[in-house]
Amino acid sequence: MPALLRSLLSGAVLSGTPLLYATLAELVSERAGIVNLGLEGVMLMGAVTGFVATARTGSAALGTAAAAGAGAVFNMVFAFLVIRRRANQLASGLALMFCGVGLSALVGAPHVGSQIAGLPELPIPLLADLPVLGPALFARDALTYAAVPAAVLLWWVLGSTRWGLGLRAVGENPVAAFAAGRSPHAVQYQALVLAGLLGGLAGASLSIGIAKTWAEWMTAGRGFIAVALVIFAKWHPLRAVAGAFLFGGAVSFQLLLQARGVPVSPFLLDMLPYLLSLLVLAVGGGARRHAAPASLGRVFQGTP
Amino acid sequence: MVLRSGTLGLLGRSSGVIALALAVFGALLLLSGKNPLRAYVDIAAGTLASPYGLSETVVKMIPLILTAVAVAVPGRIWLINVGGEGQLFIGALCATWGALSLGGLPAGLLLPAMAALGFLGGGLWAGAAGWLRARGWVSETISTLLLNYVAILLVNFVVFGPWKDPEGVNYPQTAEFPPAAILPALGTTRVHLGLAFALAALVVFGFVVARTRWGLELRAIGGNAEAARRAGLPVGRYVVLLMFLGGGLAGLAGMAEVSAIQGRLRPSLSPGYGYTGFLVSWMAGGHPAGILAASFLLAVITAGGDILQMSQGVPGSVVNILMAVILFVVLGWKVTAR
Repeated sequence: MPALLRSLLSGAVLSGTPLLYATLAELVSERAGIVNLGLEGVMLMGAVTGFVATARTGSAALGTAAAAGAGAVFNMVFAFLVIRRRANQLASGLALMFCGVGLSALVGAPHVGSQIAGLPELPIPLLADLPVLGPALFARDALTYAAVPAAVLLWWVLGSTRWGLGLRAVGENPVAAFAAGRSPHAVQYQALVLAGLLGGLAGASLSIGIAKTWAEWMTAGRGFIAVALVIFAKWHPLRAVAGAFLFGGAVSFQLLLQARGVPVSPFLLDMLPYLLSLLVLAVGGGARRHAAPASLGRVFQGTP
Repeated sequence: MVLRSGTLGLLGRSSGVIALALAVFGALLLLSGKNPLRAYVDIAAGTLASPYGLSETVVKMIPLILTAVAVAVPGRIWLINVGGEGQLFIGALCATWGALSLGGLPAGLLLPAMAALGFLGGGLWAGAAGWLRARGWVSETISTLLLNYVAILLVNFVVFGPWKDPEGVNYPQTAEFPPAAILPALGTTRVHLGLAFALAALVVFGFVVARTRWGLELRAIGGNAEAARRAGLPVGRYVVLLMFLGGGLAGLAGMAEVSAIQGRLRPSLSPGYGYTGFLVSWMAGGHPAGILAASFLLAVITAGGDILQMSQGVPGSVVNILMAVILFVVLGWKVTAR
C-alpha cells in the first residue's frame, strides 16, 4: 500500500508540475483580459530552447533561464498582434500554436532522441527520508520545488500588490483602468511577458526536468489542458494548484490502473477533467456569476 | 483606397501577404542550412504542377472547406465554434458505427445513412455547446474547445477498446469498412464525393446568407441580438440551430475522411483539420469565395509538409511555420485595412 501511494503521489507531482506552470501562465494572461490559445506553442519553444541550451552549455540552470526567456520573447509575437494590432485573440493564439509547433520541430530536429543530464534532483535532508512523502515531494528538482511557491506568489501579487490589482482592473474593465491612470496596453504587455516566462518554464520542466530529452510536439496538448484548468480553477492561482495536481493525480492513477491490468479505459478517465470543467462552469451558473474577468477576449480600443 | 476595395487590390494584397510569408519562412530554412528555393520548387511541383499533386491538394481541401463552413455558419451571429476538430471526430465515430453495424446494406443506402449519422453526430455535439450557451451557462468558445478533447478521447476509447479490429493485432483501429461504405472516388485519384458535399455546403451557405429571409434574420441577430430578441426572433433557438448545422458539416467532414480516405476509424484521422478550418474561415471573414481560396492555400501548405519531409529532410510539421507566418501577416494587416 505505501508503495502504491508513493507512486501515485510521485506521478501526480511529476505530471502536475508542468501543468501548474502552464496554468499559471494562462491565468495571468486571462486575468489581464487576453485568452491565449497559443500557450501550447510557447511551451514548445520553451521546451526546445531549454533543451538545446542545456545540451550546448551543459548547465541546466542556464537552460531553464533560456527556456523562460524564449517563452517570453515568443509570446511577444502574440502580444504585438492582439494588443498593438488588435487582432482576433483566438485566431492569433491558434496561429501562435502552429508557429510554435513548426519552429520547435525545426530547431529541435538535430536533437531528437538525444539525452541530457537535465535538472539535478535536490533531495532535502531529513525530509527526503520520510516514508511515503519523502521521495514524492522532497527529492525533486528545483523547478518542481518552485512551482507551488510560484502559485502562492502569483496569488499574492494579483491580490495584494498595486501592479496585480492594476492588471486585474485591466482584465475587468480597461476603460475604467485607463481612466484611473493605467495604460491597459502596457499592463497587458507586462502580463504577456510574465505569461511567456511561466509558459517557457512549463516547457523546461517537461524537456529538462522530466523527460530530459526532446521529442517533436512533446507538450501533447498540455497547453490546451491549461486553458481548461484555468476555467476549472475559476481564475484563481491557488485553485490552479489544486486543479493541476488533481489532473496530474488522475493521470498517474490511470497509469497505475493500467500497470495493474485493471480493465478501465484510460481514455475514459482522461475525459473526466474536461467534463468536470464543463460541469463546474455550468453549475457555476450564468455567465455573469462565474469568475471570468469581465473583459476577457475583448480589445481595448482606446477611450471614446 | 480605391484599389483596396477592388478585386485587383485584394489579389495584390494576398500575393503581398504570401510573398512576405514565403520570404520569412525561406529565411528560417536558410538559417537552418536548407535551400529555400529548392523547398519551394519541391512544394509547388508536388502540389500544383502535376495532376496527381493537384488532386492531393483537393483531397485536403475537402475537410478544410467543411470545417471552415462549420465555423462560418454559427459565425453569422458571432458564435465562435472552435470545436470543428471534435465535431469531425464525432462525425467519423457515428459514421463508423453505421458502416460497421449496417454493413449488409447496399452502397446506395449505406452511404446516405453514414452521411446522415455523421452530420447528426457532429451536429448534436456542437448543438449541446449551443444549448449551454443559449441557457447562458457556458460560453460556446470554451465548451467547444473542451469537447474537442472529449471527442478525440472517445474515438481513442472505441478503437483501443470495444471496436478494435480483432485481426489488427495491436493497431488501434476498427475493422476495415465493407466496400459499400467507401465513398466513390474520381477516376484513379483520391478525390472523393466529399468534394460535392463541400461545394454544396459552400453554395447553400452563400445562397442562404445572401438571398433568403432566413439569412436576413440571421443578419439582424448578428447585428444586435437584443434588438432581434425584442422584435420577436427566437434568438436562443437560432443559437442551438446554427451550432447544430455547423457541427453537422464538420461531422460530415469526419464521415468523408473516415469513409473515403481511411476506410476504417483510426485516432490519426485528422492532422488538426478542425483548427486549420477555423483559421480558413477566419482568414476568409466567413465569405464562401474566400473560404474556397483560403482552403486551397492552406491545403497546399498542409500537403507541402509531407513533401518537405521527404525531399529536404526537415520534420513535416515545419510547414506549420509557413502557415502561421501567413496568418500573422494577415492578422497584423487587418486593422489597417479597416
